Amino acid sequence: MASMDWSPLWISLATSAVATAITLAAGLAAAAWRERRTGPLMVLMDGIFLLPLVLPPTVVGFFLLLLFGRNGPLGKLLLLAGATVVFSWPATVIAAAVVAFPLMYVTARAALEQVDTHILQAARTLGASEWRVFREVALPLAWPGVLAGAVLSFARALGEFGATLMLAGNIPGKTATIPIAIYFAVEADDIPRALVWCFVDVAISLGLLGGLYYWTRAMSSGAARWARR
Amino acid sequence: MALEVQIVKRLRDFELDASFSAGDAPLSILGPSGAGKTMLLRCIAGIERPDRGRIALDGTVLFDAERHIDIPPRRRRTGMLFQHYALFPHRTVGENIAFGLRDLPREERGRRVAALAGRTHVTGLEQCYPRELSGGEQQRVALARALAIEPKALLLDEPLSALDTHLRGQVEAQLQETFASYRRPVLLVTHNIEEAYRLGGELLVLSRGRVAAFGAKEEIFRRPPSVEVARLTGCKNISRARAISPGMVEALDWGCRLRVAQEMARPATFAGIRAHHIDFVESSSDAGGKENISPCWLVRSSETPFRITLYLRLHQPPDSSGEHHLQAEVSKEKWQLFRDRPFPWHVRLSPDSIFLLPE
Repeated sequence: MASMDWSPLWISLATSAVATAITLAAGLAAAAWRERRTGPLMVLMDGIFLLPLVLPPTVVGFFLLLLFGRNGPLGKLLLLAGATVVFSWPATVIAAAVVAFPLMYVTARAALEQVDTHILQAARTLGASEWRVFREVALPLAWPGVLAGAVLSFARALGEFGATLMLAGNIPGKTATIPIAIYFAVEADDIPRALVWCFVDVAISLGLLGGLYYWTRAMSSGAARWARR
Repeated sequence: MALEVQIVKRLRDFELDASFSAGDAPLSILGPSGAGKTMLLRCIAGIERPDRGRIALDGTVLFDAERHIDIPPRRRRTGMLFQHYALFPHRTVGENIAFGLRDLPREERGRRVAALAGRTHVTGLEQCYPRELSGGEQQRVALARALAIEPKALLLDEPLSALDTHLRGQVEAQLQETFASYRRPVLLVTHNIEEAYRLGGELLVLSRGRVAAFGAKEEIFRRPPSVEVARLTGCKNISRARAISPGMVEALDWGCRLRVAQEMARPATFAGIRAHHIDFVESSSDAGGKENISPCWLVRSSETPFRITLYLRLHQPPDSSGEHHLQAEVSKEKWQLFRDRPFPWHVRLSPDSIFLLPE
């Protein structure tokens, strides 16, 4: 225990934070793009967007490996630019972002669909461009739901194991996140170390839930008096 | 300053097919729920797209299906007042009113907002959020917000329907004040007959997507062009009719012959009279002779604070079916004069009040 390496904590937090930021942007963009479209093609798009949620993470990881590997289409492209993704820190971010994406997409879409369309139409008749309608009206009104999606995404990214292991492996100080550190600690029969990481995870999760609780309470008091019915 | 509309749009149950124009006088669009009134406004505002037709405002084409012109709502400059106001709940009243004024310098914007708030009587509420306002205040803020863009036409969707009855009179007076100073086309959608009459100069009656009547409101109410319009403008008494001689018809459903003042351009198949035009007379030997006077019995009645509606059966006492021939509306004072008289009472359908209708 004396030689406790705390790097998995920082790797996990950094990975989850960056993955959540990417997911937030991509999920919002996908939800906004999808919102006003219908048709069979959109149902297929929905299926593709939601696939990482239902597939086993190892399957997602394997697909990502095929995609980003030396012979994969994206891997080849990156190699031309002199970069390899597999078994590097960005790989942990990619794995976490892909796996967390469906949660963000689903919650963001639900939140945007909840916004009263008359309010958006009113903004349009008042001369607002589509971008302004989204940024100044739709997004602020959908924000509580979008933020809830971001919290869910962060939690999912924090817990990501299967896809991360496939794509990023277990390189201490580089790609070893908390869940991976736990797995390899248990495998090496280092139960105290595994326990420490378990408690760290519990602490982070409780902190997250606590933050969410206080935030929703603040929402329903003075901070956003407009949001109350 | 004119709005010209000629559009066709397929809706779920029927086709909206409306052609009309509006000048500086407010135009009331009257019709039952689901007649396509709101859709009509939404097409003009550019929120919905007609299948065919053309919309022009002040000589600018907003929509033309054949020429593939469809100006987006943000560039149409139509001030739309939504039925439930659609205020931005996360913005203050001041920010709501200023939403359409973003391109102005800050000071100028502040002046405009203050002026608009004054004009719509919401001064002092600028820092409030919409949910802190009463329904009437919300409505006025929505109006101020729509007026802020100096719209080339005002489109009001049921502006009074979401208000409590006691607020309506007040808001209505303010709307009239706004119309008076705003000399541009105003379209006002409503299903309330009296509202349509009071607020509009001209009237358009819409029924299942079609223009059933369009013109001066007085004329439409006095001489409805069809049975449908008579009903939609609140006429309760309509009978099948047959012409007997010039100036005389037989009302088949009422079982009586009636002298009428209206000349018949086309063979009349229906005769109608409004409930408040039915007179009660002492007996069949009243002044005016026996013409247009029929004995009647009371089937049932329904009271409001100042008026009473009487459901009458002509020529014979009511039977178990409870059917009535005529619906008459009289003031309580008048009713006091004859309520205790023995049956039959006598009604007179004045020739001037009877209108004849084609199919």
